[in-house]
Formats: sequence, structure tokens, C-alpha cells
Amino acid sequence: MSEEITLAKTADDTINIARQALDRHVAEGHGAQVAILWLGKDGARREITYGDLKDLSSRFASVLRDHDIEQGDSVFGLMGRVPELYVSALGTLRAGCVFTPLFSAFGPEPIRTRMEIGSANVLVTTASIYRRKVAAWRDDIPSLKLALIVGDGEVPDGCVALGPALEAASDAFEPASTGPEDPALIHFTSGTTGKPKGAVHVHNAMMYHASSGRDALDLKPSTIYWCTADPGWVTGTSYGILSPLLNRVTMIVDEAEFDLDRWYDTIQREKVEVWYSAPTAIRMMMRAGAEAATPYDFSSLRFMASVGEPLNPEAVIWSEKVFGQPFHDNWWQTETGGIMIANRPGMEVKPGSMGKPLPGITAGIVEREDGTLKELPEGEIGELALRPGWPSMMRAYLHEEARYQKCFVDGWYLSGDLAMRDADGYFWFVGRADDLIKTSGHLIGPFEVESALIEHEAIAEAGVIGIPDETAGEVVKAYVTLNPGFEASDALERDVRGHARKTLGPAVAPREIVFRKTLPKTRSGKIMRRLLKARELGLPEGDISTLETDET
Amino acid sequence: MTKDEIRAAFLEELSRVAPDIDPATVGDDDHIQDDLELDSMDVLNLVAALHERLGVNIPERSYPEIATPALAVVYLDAALKSAAM
Repeated sequence: MSEEITLAKTADDTINIARQALDRHVAEGHGAQVAILWLGKDGARREITYGDLKDLSSRFASVLRDHDIEQGDSVFGLMGRVPELYVSALGTLRAGCVFTPLFSAFGPEPIRTRMEIGSANVLVTTASIYRRKVAAWRDDIPSLKLALIVGDGEVPDGCVALGPALEAASDAFEPASTGPEDPALIHFTSGTTGKPKGAVHVHNAMMYHASSGRDALDLKPSTIYWCTADPGWVTGTSYGILSPLLNRVTMIVDEAEFDLDRWYDTIQREKVEVWYSAPTAIRMMMRAGAEAATPYDFSSLRFMASVGEPLNPEAVIWSEKVFGQPFHDNWWQTETGGIMIANRPGMEVKPGSMGKPLPGITAGIVEREDGTLKELPEGEIGELALRPGWPSMMRAYLHEEARYQKCFVDGWYLSGDLAMRDADGYFWFVGRADDLIKTSGHLIGPFEVESALIEHEAIAEAGVIGIPDETAGEVVKAYVTLNPGFEASDALERDVRGHARKTLGPAVAPREIVFRKTLPKTRSGKIMRRLLKARELGLPEGDISTLETDET
Repeated sequence: MTKDEIRAAFLEELSRVAPDIDPATVGDDDHIQDDLELDSMDVLNLVAALHERLGVNIPERSYPEIATPALAVVYLDAALKSAAM
């Protein structure tokens, strides 16, 4: 583990991510270094130093205390990539509270479900999001004590304006005396059945956030670094807030969504050295062609990495041609908290492979066999598994001990991904072992989508699968049956899709809905998504002995 | 096509991609991503739908030029006129 981080541990063995990510650097004389270079949608460019962030996060922690929010309480962040999001995250950690970032494009239903499961005590959001997505059910969350509103505009009833509160609050706030195993972050991830799961991560996870940032991304002090992920997903927090600040880099935060020329221009103008992005964005760059990139100077780039879903070999080869070096694919999950397997700096990239396990990580390909696991030899496809024990591994699924225990068999953590290891020790992604859908790098649980669809008055049943898409990897498609009195039509398809988008948000809602008279079901009435998918893809239908009612 | 027809076609395709949007409430300067909350996959689908409907090919780097109904009408009108010449 890193010597500099060990050295900064306090005498009483407490450990706090905010202290290590901010105070330590300021104490060592780096307070004037830019921590966040923030690029606003409207063209604004704001430099926030390590000293500023220490000050602002202290004020945020003071605001929490001023409102009787105690150590261990949960704080949810729900906003775009504005500076206040980063201040909220770090201020929450400083106060010893537990931070949960939520994707701001979620619809009301995913937000509410997650705040209920997480017993949210504080919500930090914007007035617009609050009015549209939260106000209607806020009173149904009894745990919620405080809603902080970002921005200078009007503050909805029952909320507190964050800006004035920060200004009035004390900038002196020593990081809370959290222990290594105290919860720091909860990231929600989808399940195939049931509600989303809250993966709990602890303060000690920072050890791995720091080391993996160096090992897999080549982060060094003062590196100009750009992680394009939104903190609403785990990459945007582990490698879009924590790892870069722990490694004292200067990180770019772009408020805007993908925009080809804006991105290329940002790399050239800000002299980005390390760039961590995702396959969907890379494939959008490919669509624009190599010519779109030729006017730009990319010579500042030292290392490029990609995560979210497997990066196809064409994209690896294309990027090498355009940027002078390939995107290095890596693999990890919400549960693992940090990068596990990677094409590391200096390593030969095998296009299409996720690379090799990082130092300290043991990975294997396994097969279940009578309650135990059998490790498979190279070249065989099985479930990708890891030996638990690294610091950023989740410690629990919130209130879901049984689901947590199910992840561990025979001394292995089971990832749910199918993969293969080749003779050189490189791992290759094959598919999901379950029904989860990977779209634009986000993991979506079909159950959550199906539940929202059947809330529509016309929908009786729904089966949701991912279908291949050349840009997004997969897109969500729904098969539905109708209640009596409703007729399939183009107008109804749009109405149901509109309902799903309003409820779930565009990233989670189906892009396509098809009507069926019946759906394939087992004797116990379970919709056979696997069969829908096999038919959609023209694949063999496999074992259909449990099929009771077929699709019509 | 008149500009009004182009605007109507744009809004119709927009609400087909994102049926949660009521075209009647869309302002000329509403940004399709910032205000109407389309994500990048929606934008790709909108571009494909406009291509299908109007025969106008919108390259990736021109996406900012269809970011609001007002901008889109100007861009699509010019593209249709140059195609007709």
C-alpha cells in the first residue's frame, strides 16, 4: 500500500477519506494546486484548488452539523456535474456521514426507491429536480430531515438554500474520527429480481482507490486527468472524485454531456494527460470518423482507459490510429469499488480483452458444482470470480444480508459476468450470467423496468431484455401484454414508453416496446427473459423444459 | 418545405423518440438535452429519424446545430435547400 497514505494516518488509527484527499495535500503545501477544473455547459471555466475544496467541504460539513445531522447519517446527492456535487460528497465524508450519489437523469421512481432503501436523511439537489421529481412524495420519506437546494434561485417550501448556508457556516471542521471499517459510500446497483441493492463501501476503501489509480490509470501528483463518468455511477465517484484527489491530480469536470468537438477541444486546450472514458462515447467518436479528430493536437495524452462494458477490438485499433495509443479496457463493478482487471500502463493491449488482474487481486474462472466451485482451466468459459479481501470491496448490501451472502461461495466472490482466461493470463468478457442489461455502461435490472411498465393501466405483463446495439452495447427492449379493453397501436406504444421515461428516466426506460398476446412463462409463472432474448437474437432456445405458456 | 413544416416535423420526431415530451409545451429555445432531458442515445435516434423523414444526413459534429427547435429549423432548412440546388 502507498507509503504516503499510511504516513498520513492519524495517531488514534482513525481514517477519513476527506482528510487524505484534501487536508493532507494542503498541509504538505499544495493548497494552491487546482483540484477541480470545472467546465460549465455555458462555457464557464472555474478553477477550484485543494485549499478551496478543503474550505468548502468544511463549510458543507458545518451545514450538516448546524442542522443536527450526525455522524453515520446518510446524505444523497442528486444533481448534474456541478461543483456543489463534489463539495457535497467530500463534505459528507468529512462529517463522517455516508454519501450516496444518484444519477440526476433518473426519474422519480428510481430516486424514491433508493432513498427509501437508504433511509436518506439529507438530500442535496437543485430546485428544478426537486420540483419535478421529489416534491410530490418527499413527505413519504420519514427519515428525510433536510433538503439542501443548490443554486441562487428560489427555494421550494421546506428546503434550505445551500449557497447562503455555506457562506454562513464555519470553515473550520476537523474530519470526523471515522474508523477504517466505518461506512463512507453507498452505491446502488440493479438486481435481476427485487429492488436495487445498496453496496456499502468503507473509509478504508481509499487505500485501494489510491493504489489502483496509480496502477491502472497512471495517476501521479499534478497529472491533468479527465474521467468522463458521472458520479451517479460508481466510476464517476471512485475514479471521478476519490482516486484522483487522493493522488493529488488536477481533474477536469465537464458539466456537459458528450459533444465531439467540445471533448476534442478540451483535451487539446487543457492538455489532458490521462483520460478515462467509456465505450459508448468512444464509439460515438468512431462514428464521426478519424477526420473529425485530425484538426486537434492530442500529444498531451499519456494514457487512455475505458470501462463500463467490453470495448470492442475495432474501437481499440481505431483509437490507436487516431490518438497514437489505444484505449486500455478495464473491468470492475459497483461491488468491487475499484478496478480489478486491466490493460495496465506499459502492458501489451490485447484488443477486446479486459486485461490482467491488478496487483493484490486474484481472479479466476469458475463453475458451480454441488454448492462448491470448480476452477476452470484457461480457454474455458465460466463465471468470473475474485478472492475477496481488497480494501474497496463492498461490506454489505444495505439491509440485504441474504443477497450479500449469495455473492460468496467457497471463498470466492462471484461477479455474475461470464468470462474466459487465455494462455497469457488475459481475461475476456463473454456475457452476463444473469438477465442484467448493460447499456451505455450502466447496469439495468429488468425487474425495475418491468415494475414501472405494469404500473401503466394498459399493461398486464412485461418482460424486459437487452438487445445488441452498436453504440450503446445493449439497449433496453420490452415485451408486453395488454389488459382487456386495450388495443395495440403506435399511439399506445408511445404512451407506454412516455410513461416509462417519466417514471424511470431516459437511461433506464425501454427504447422499444412490442406487444404480444402472451409471454413465454414457466409453470411458476415466471417470464422467461432468456427465451425472449434467444429468439430476438436468433440463438438456440436451450433448455425449454420449464416452459408452460409460450409467446404468441 | 416551409419553416413551419420543418419545425412540425422536428417536433414530431422528437416526441416519437421521447414520448414523455408534449410537443405543444416545447419552446423554440429549449435545449433538447439540458431542458428536455434527452440522453445521447435519444439524440442518435432523433438524428436517424430526421434522416429517414427529411433525407438530411446530420454528421456527428453538427449535433449542436439541432440542439434547440430554433437552431434545428435553420440547420434543416439550409440543408434541404442545398440538397434541392
